[in-house]
Amino acid sequence: MGRITLDQVSKSFGEVEVIPPLDLTIDDGEFVVFVGPSGCGKSTLLRLIAGLEDVSSGEIRIDREPATHLPPSKRGLAMVFQSYALYPHMSVRKNIAFPMKMAGVPEDEQARKIADAATALNLTDYLDRRPGQLSGGQRQRVAIGRAIVREPAAFLFDEPLSNLDAALRVGMRLEISELHKRLATTMIYVTHDQVEAMTMADKIVVLRDGLIEQVGSPLDLYRAPRNLFVAGFIGSPRMNFVTGAGDRMGGAPTIGVRPEHIMASKESGPWKGTVGVSEHLGSDTFLHVHDTGLAETLTVRVGGEFDARHGDTVFLTPDDEKIHRFDADGSRIA
Amino acid sequence: MATQHSRSAARIMMAPAVILLLGWMLIPLTMTVVFSFKKYLPMRGGDLGWVGFENYARFVTSSSFWPAVATTLIVVGGVLLITVILGVLLALLLDQPMWGQGIVRLLVISPFFVMPTVSALVWKNMFMDPVNGIFAHLWKFFGAQPIEWLSNASVTSIVMIVSWQWLPFATLILLTAIQSLDSEQLEAAEMDGAKAVSRFGYIILPHLARAITIVVLIQTIFLLSIFAEIFVTTQGSFGTRTLTYLIYQRVLESQNVGLGSAGGVYAIILANIVALFLMRIVGKNLDT
Ligand SMILES: Nc1ncnc2c1ncn2[C@@H]1O[C@H](COP(=O)(O)OP(=O)(O)OP(=O)(O)O)[C@@H](O)[C@H]1O
Ligand SMILES: [Mg+2]
Repeated sequence: MGRITLDQVSKSFGEVEVIPPLDLTIDDGEFVVFVGPSGCGKSTLLRLIAGLEDVSSGEIRIDREPATHLPPSKRGLAMVFQSYALYPHMSVRKNIAFPMKMAGVPEDEQARKIADAATALNLTDYLDRRPGQLSGGQRQRVAIGRAIVREPAAFLFDEPLSNLDAALRVGMRLEISELHKRLATTMIYVTHDQVEAMTMADKIVVLRDGLIEQVGSPLDLYRAPRNLFVAGFIGSPRMNFVTGAGDRMGGAPTIGVRPEHIMASKESGPWKGTVGVSEHLGSDTFLHVHDTGLAETLTVRVGGEFDARHGDTVFLTPDDEKIHRFDADGSRIA
Repeated sequence: MATQHSRSAARIMMAPAVILLLGWMLIPLTMTVVFSFKKYLPMRGGDLGWVGFENYARFVTSSSFWPAVATTLIVVGGVLLITVILGVLLALLLDQPMWGQGIVRLLVISPFFVMPTVSALVWKNMFMDPVNGIFAHLWKFFGAQPIEWLSNASVTSIVMIVSWQWLPFATLILLTAIQSLDSEQLEAAEMDGAKAVSRFGYIILPHLARAITIVVLIQTIFLLSIFAEIFVTTQGSFGTRTLTYLIYQRVLESQNVGLGSAGGVYAIILANIVALFLMRIVGKNLDT
């Protein structure tokens, strides 16, 4: 079981309130992603849940038991750190065995669990190496292995993939998702990469300056962002914002259209502009269109075959169904 | 990286320093070796010619030789033990955030700035004096008979004085080592259920292994040649005659330069054995 409830939890470092009081419920077996820009308090929130920082006020409950004042080791949570935090002088085997050794698990059971974890994580050949002799991806797997053998109520990940290269990151992303499907244990995952958030999460928590901006499934957030911040944060490339277009847009002070919801043509359309840079990805091309009189640049997704060069004139048609409208203080107009 | 040309230019530019250092080292060393094969008594006839290995034989067969070696090893070993253990504890303590950290750290380092002669005199007269010393007052306060430190616990006293001088050095090196420990490792261990003692034993101590070997190595080199502390306190009596002190007595008190030089050569050999031994250990620790 791994149901985690935060009730009016806040955190201040001295005078600075990093996390204003917030409420959050994480259900058993859920994969929850905390996402937000750098410095918004994601790590701090995770460390509060882990017990590595004391809350300034509020209550944390794990499986309905109050856990606010429990030390980290008593909360039954396992954490995977950004730096992996492996013990450099111990072999991989000893690293994985460490939490069991501390818990006094019998030797033969330790050996069995290590073997299981090593098989699951493809580490069998490396058990006798030191962490210093492993690649980044392998170290990451050792860190996960060390977490798995504890059979925790929930896993906490703090940007576990940010030290890996792009290809490895995609691979590990899948492995972690698969692990979640297999173990069905609650996982809380911190990242500032919205692609990771979209692809892995059951539930995304978008944070800004310690405040929860929106909580919801990836598609909820994509389809109905509650405000400008979430709209700009979720989705890649970013949503285009047009301010002050006035009556043409049904009276909304700001509207947003995602690049994939604008059609481009060379002949006709309501908006006219000049192509700046075009980024060819093969399957798609992203056009950066200037001089529309609406915004500095509009990003538009077109098919890979669309032929447009720097300086060409294009006409754009937004999909009216998929326009997001925001009022003056940035909230969504339903 | 370096071309042939730049390498030879570098060699020429380094030459003066190298030659100076070599001269500095080689001339006294050669003179010591030369004297060790001579009967040379400055006040009693001067240079009396070559005697082969007689000085070497006499130095080791003298009844003071083995006790001196033993005393040297006890003093070095004792000081190393005390400075490393207390150094680790102090470093742990100083690493904790506290009020007035800068000043406390400065105070801890300060004994290192006191000259050995001065600190030994301060210890002798202010702490260990059986009548007026602070220890004597302390003992009397608790109703005990004051200890005559320098005569009854002479080696212990020397070890205490020298440890006091070298503790700052050990603490400083170990403190920087502790500060370089990744705090996430400690947090990971905490989450893994390790109590404070286990965290120390499994994470902090292995992390410090390298720093400890360096402290041991450097201190040993300096401790083998301590002299002032003995000279101003016991003058080598009460079993505090180390090898260095024995050589001093042979040369200056008995005015036997040849015999003392032979002792000097032995001291060089002893220092090299210890150094070799320690290098082995350090080498092993530096691998990891
Ligand atoms: N120990 C601390 N003392 C004082 N301020 C802190 C401390 N730890 C974090 N902060 C502050 O709290 C804020 C949130 O930090 P946090 O590490 O949670 O950010 P984050 O969202 O994890 O960012 P990143 O994506 O860069 O890791 C930051 O402004 C940071 O300066
Ligand atoms: Mg962080």
